[in-house]
Amino acid sequence: MLLKLFLTFLKIGVFTFGGGYAMVALIQSEVVERQGWLTTQEFTDLLALSQMTPGPIGINSATYAGYAAMQAEGYGQGLSVAGAVVASLGVVLLPVVLILGVNYLLSRYKELPVVQFVLKMLRLAVVGIIASAALSLMNAANFGSLDGDMKQLVVSVALFVAAFVVTVLPKREGSKMRRPGPIAMLLIAALVGVAVYW
Amino acid sequence: MNLFLTFAKIGTFTIGGGYAMIPLMEEELVRKSRSLTAEEFLDVLALSQAMPGVFAVNMAAVVGNRLKGLKGSVSAICGTVLAPIAIILLVAILYRRLSDNPHVEHAFMAVRPVVVALIAAPVVRLAKSAKIGWSTCWIPVAAVVLIALLGVSPVWVIVGVMALAVVYFLGRKKTNINQQIHK
Repeated sequence: MLLKLFLTFLKIGVFTFGGGYAMVALIQSEVVERQGWLTTQEFTDLLALSQMTPGPIGINSATYAGYAAMQAEGYGQGLSVAGAVVASLGVVLLPVVLILGVNYLLSRYKELPVVQFVLKMLRLAVVGIIASAALSLMNAANFGSLDGDMKQLVVSVALFVAAFVVTVLPKREGSKMRRPGPIAMLLIAALVGVAVYW
Repeated sequence: MNLFLTFAKIGTFTIGGGYAMIPLMEEELVRKSRSLTAEEFLDVLALSQAMPGVFAVNMAAVVGNRLKGLKGSVSAICGTVLAPIAIILLVAILYRRLSDNPHVEHAFMAVRPVVVALIAAPVVRLAKSAKIGWSTCWIPVAAVVLIALLGVSPVWVIVGVMALAVVYFLGRKKTNINQQIHK
């Protein structure tokens, strides 16, 4: 079973192009539909938890799926934890080897004018890619919606604007105030949430 | 700061997927420790995006490798995944008790919009380091239209930009040679 789990996640890892959400789709087709290790309901729980807990979604969902699959097959706690580790390892192994190879080639040939030019164009495109990631996350699941809880929408937009402005504004000359880092901001937001929605 | 600890910090506070890691990595590697320039950071981003696998782990592998070789890759990856794996395992074991707590859900309701703001903000800074001008600003705009509006995968955008850049570069080189011959 552990070997089967490892091979399944090895496959999921290599065929994940485009980040965590693409991997989630693959986990669904392999783990839920093909192997039948998880039910659709359990898979939805997996999704919510992978997004809520810290860490990359791809790793979180692989770890959780590995654990849940072993549990579903009737293995004990210890072997289920082993399953979680095996699934996480499987998912990162091949992609890491691949990307290190490409990175080596890239740093070897980076002086070539054609490579320089391609990198310059890619940097421009990547800015657009990050912008679209931010845009696609501005949805009802993250902000609330007009026909839902108005309070949540207002609080969300206010928090968004505050965090954006604080991060983007340049530091004033000579000011002693330190700009809070992203981690501090997330912790503050969590406290605000607990207080505001009490 | 030690690579393992830096990435452990980044991995632990990445909530909501790989893109949420971008502001944290930029803060730690580009602005605080200055181990990477903003241009290098964008290169690593493009590479991690174009290759298969978990985006955040790919980033950790490449950054670790550029700073400290193979050892660096291993410690950066371990740092990124260790705490998240431990936490989600704990959650998987304790699931029912945690999801019933309303305060946990409330905290996350406020955290999510801030995560989105943190992802949006580096766009402004990174746009400067990518040296966007009037002649080139259509490239990021086209990327946004393709991905956000038309649902094209970022992987294809990167592959497409690479192919177009190579073709354009080789074409330009040819005309340069032709002009020199005419002179």
